[in-house]
Amino acid sequence: MMTLKVNGHDHQVDADPDTPLLYVLRDDLKLNAAKFGCGLGQCGSCTVIVDGKAVLSCVTPLVLLEGKKVTTLEGLGTIETPAPIQRAFIEEQAAQCGYCIAGIMMRAQALLQRNSKPTDAEIRAELELNLCRCGTHMRILRAVRRASQLMRTADASPSQRRTP
Amino acid sequence: MSTVVLNRRSVLAGGGALILSFSLRDSFAQDQAAPAAAPPPGSLKGAPYLDSWIRIDADGGITVFTGKAEIGQGFKTACQQIAAEELEVPFASLKLVTADTARTANEGYTSGSNSMKDSGTAVQHAAAQVRALLLAEAARRLELPFENLKTENGAVIAPDGRRLGYGELVAGEMLHVQAQARSMLRDPAAYRIMGQSIPRVDIPAKVTGGPAYVQDMRLPGMLHARVVRPPGYGAELIECDTAAIEKMPGVTKVMRDGNFLAVVAAKEYQAVKAMWALSSAAKWRETAKLPKQDNLPDVLTKLPSRDETIFQNNNPAAASARTIEATYTRPYQAHGSIGPSCAVAQLRDDTVTVWTHTQGVYPDRAGIAEILRVPPARVRVIHVEGSGCYGHNGADDAAADAALIARALPGVPVRVQWMREQEHAWEPFGPAMVTKLKASLDNSGAISDWNFEVWSNTHSMRPGGAGSMLAAQHMAQPFALPAPRPIPLPEGGGDRNAIPIYKFPNAKVVHHFIPEMPLRISALRALGAYHNVFSIESFIDELATAAGADPVEFRLKHLDDRRGRDVIEKAAGEFGWRKGQKAPPDRGYGFGFARYKNLAAYCAVASEVEVNRQSGRPRLMRAVAAVDSGQVVNPDGLINQIEGAILQSMSWTLYESVAFDDKRITSIDWQTYPILRFDAVPERVDVHIINRPGQPFLGSGETGQGPAAASIANAIADATGKRLRDLPLTRKRIKDAIDA
Repeated sequence: MMTLKVNGHDHQVDADPDTPLLYVLRDDLKLNAAKFGCGLGQCGSCTVIVDGKAVLSCVTPLVLLEGKKVTTLEGLGTIETPAPIQRAFIEEQAAQCGYCIAGIMMRAQALLQRNSKPTDAEIRAELELNLCRCGTHMRILRAVRRASQLMRTADASPSQRRTP
Repeated sequence: MSTVVLNRRSVLAGGGALILSFSLRDSFAQDQAAPAAAPPPGSLKGAPYLDSWIRIDADGGITVFTGKAEIGQGFKTACQQIAAEELEVPFASLKLVTADTARTANEGYTSGSNSMKDSGTAVQHAAAQVRALLLAEAARRLELPFENLKTENGAVIAPDGRRLGYGELVAGEMLHVQAQARSMLRDPAAYRIMGQSIPRVDIPAKVTGGPAYVQDMRLPGMLHARVVRPPGYGAELIECDTAAIEKMPGVTKVMRDGNFLAVVAAKEYQAVKAMWALSSAAKWRETAKLPKQDNLPDVLTKLPSRDETIFQNNNPAAASARTIEATYTRPYQAHGSIGPSCAVAQLRDDTVTVWTHTQGVYPDRAGIAEILRVPPARVRVIHVEGSGCYGHNGADDAAADAALIARALPGVPVRVQWMREQEHAWEPFGPAMVTKLKASLDNSGAISDWNFEVWSNTHSMRPGGAGSMLAAQHMAQPFALPAPRPIPLPEGGGDRNAIPIYKFPNAKVVHHFIPEMPLRISALRALGAYHNVFSIESFIDELATAAGADPVEFRLKHLDDRRGRDVIEKAAGEFGWRKGQKAPPDRGYGFGFARYKNLAAYCAVASEVEVNRQSGRPRLMRAVAAVDSGQVVNPDGLINQIEGAILQSMSWTLYESVAFDDKRITSIDWQTYPILRFDAVPERVDVHIINRPGQPFLGSGETGQGPAAASIANAIADATGKRLRDLPLTRKRIKDAIDA
């Protein structure tokens, strides 16, 4: 048993210490967003945020996460009250099949948390690790730029933060 | 009560159609003429009863049924828009049920850019005819002329304000009547829902972690399974001691049936670990039978083929002044779904239910029933979204895997997901192809003679037959692979888009259909059209260069099709294409055009590519597309499809080829099968729609791939002065061509 902090809540997890975080999130905590894509750290579908950094959960064993804060897409907002990045992806209709999207959004979120106004080149460089097969890249880039705007606006006027 | 219902049923079942044809005769008179015996449109042909498509509950709740599936192309949203428009109800008021053998019509596969044409058309006409029946019923009850009534918000409204809800009007079997050939369709000029970029219904769940995919299913008591595939085609299991694996934590079952191996465990990662252990325990005998990858075009063209001249016209008067020829090749290419294939299955009460991201629930049911040796009625196949498939990937195989494993564990739901290496090695690839072109120019610089030959396998080995599924091939009592068949024209398979849309005085097109399949292949998005359009549109540029003509002007000179000319002119105009233009140093402009299948949507793409002369690295800087897909239902959805086509095609065209040695597929992950990454994404992609109000839906999922490929190849040729004819147009090939 170990304690894993995910989306602000402590969870008692009964899994082998070598279990990749991805399987704990999906199988033990029943979270959907982080996806199995390759299990090899090559595609980014499993990306989550650990202590503010984008991490490939499919190659990160549970044992390394003691005392760390894990955030998944579910932790950012909900379908009723989406977070700025979720609003941005909806407003830009930045998905086709959408299987890669949760991972891409988490990497973009980590970028925007440390750099609220990234250049286009910085966004592209950051997303280099993530694959999209449907060819939705143009919209994804637009959505990240829009998320950057929305997050800055939200910071400026906290009263509107909950507006979906 | 039952007597009343029976009376209503007998009256309405017989009379519904009559009411319609008498009451609506005047309205129909304005509609397009249809012969009396014409079948109803779209998929209504195969499933003519209106209540196969639309059901209305007594409380007014409306459910729309489609046999097609959402595969990331936005079909659910578009289909719902069509139904809402023709029923005159709010978009959000409808429920939509997609492909499910227990609930929806058999519409075959969700493929070929046919969903809008088949199912969108069926839903449109079914909705219009349901609305007409409701109007007719209201007219009868209110004793008012049909023409005086209108529909609004799910109700029929009389001039005096009396209102009858759809739910009140529908009774008994009123909608259990056969569709007619013609419908009182709404006037496109009055559309309120069709033609709007309504946000996709599936995206909010996908961006908030909602359960959106079959991968996300968690049934009570569900176990996790993994399969172990052979190391290569035809490998045989000679030894496998499973004793240690059966004792591993969480493992509930180790299955072996011939060369089919699987493990089942309580938790997913336990299943993965058991799979690795089983994989290590399995000893295989492999056979070296794959062809030489670097010699593939030669191998293909030397395989036995069935040759057919699929197009020929002759005009001896046309004189040829000079002739050029060229050979184009395409390697095997992968679907490369980001999420490996997955399925959930459960055997309960003698029925196996399979949740799968297959493109064809009914064909899958047939295949699975055959494998399980049960009647199809004992299998229910329900589509649940998966990762984008782009054709026949591992979805059907995973469905068969799940069904076989679930049968061995009665009552227990079993979830199977493939590993990345399995998807890459075992999916059926897009077939390798070779095209040989030869054409002549007359003294005026026009094409006087055109010869096109294409060598290809079939482009569909989809189930239907059990033998199409991997598990069935690997079982101790295997099912034979069905004999490959070419997909007939006019849609075609290897010869899809092989017949030129341009008008040439002399033309001959030969399809060399190759039955033997050295690698496992099936349908990859656009089928043969991708390579055929790449070949034709590259060669058109070679001829334009030989004629000293502008590529766009040269295309228009040989094209009569008005709508084709319109998309070419639109794309060229929006791109800023000018005759005699010259790109900046190390950049080039290119153009490509096709009408998908020569019968579906039109698409033209203009590109600007930059080539690094030192490294050879190509970069698509911007692309401008124009598309005519008939009546547009969701403009943003259409744009999303064309943007995706351009970027996916760019990835195929610049980077992708399946690698193999004499025994195994060796491109088994994203390192060994690289695809487009964000650093190579263009600066801009613009898509311009030419809407055709009231014209048939032409689909859009596969219209852009061929034109995009040719456009990029032509831009590389413009930038470098070198013509590359072997896909993919890699950095190394470009560098070698520059240095040659």
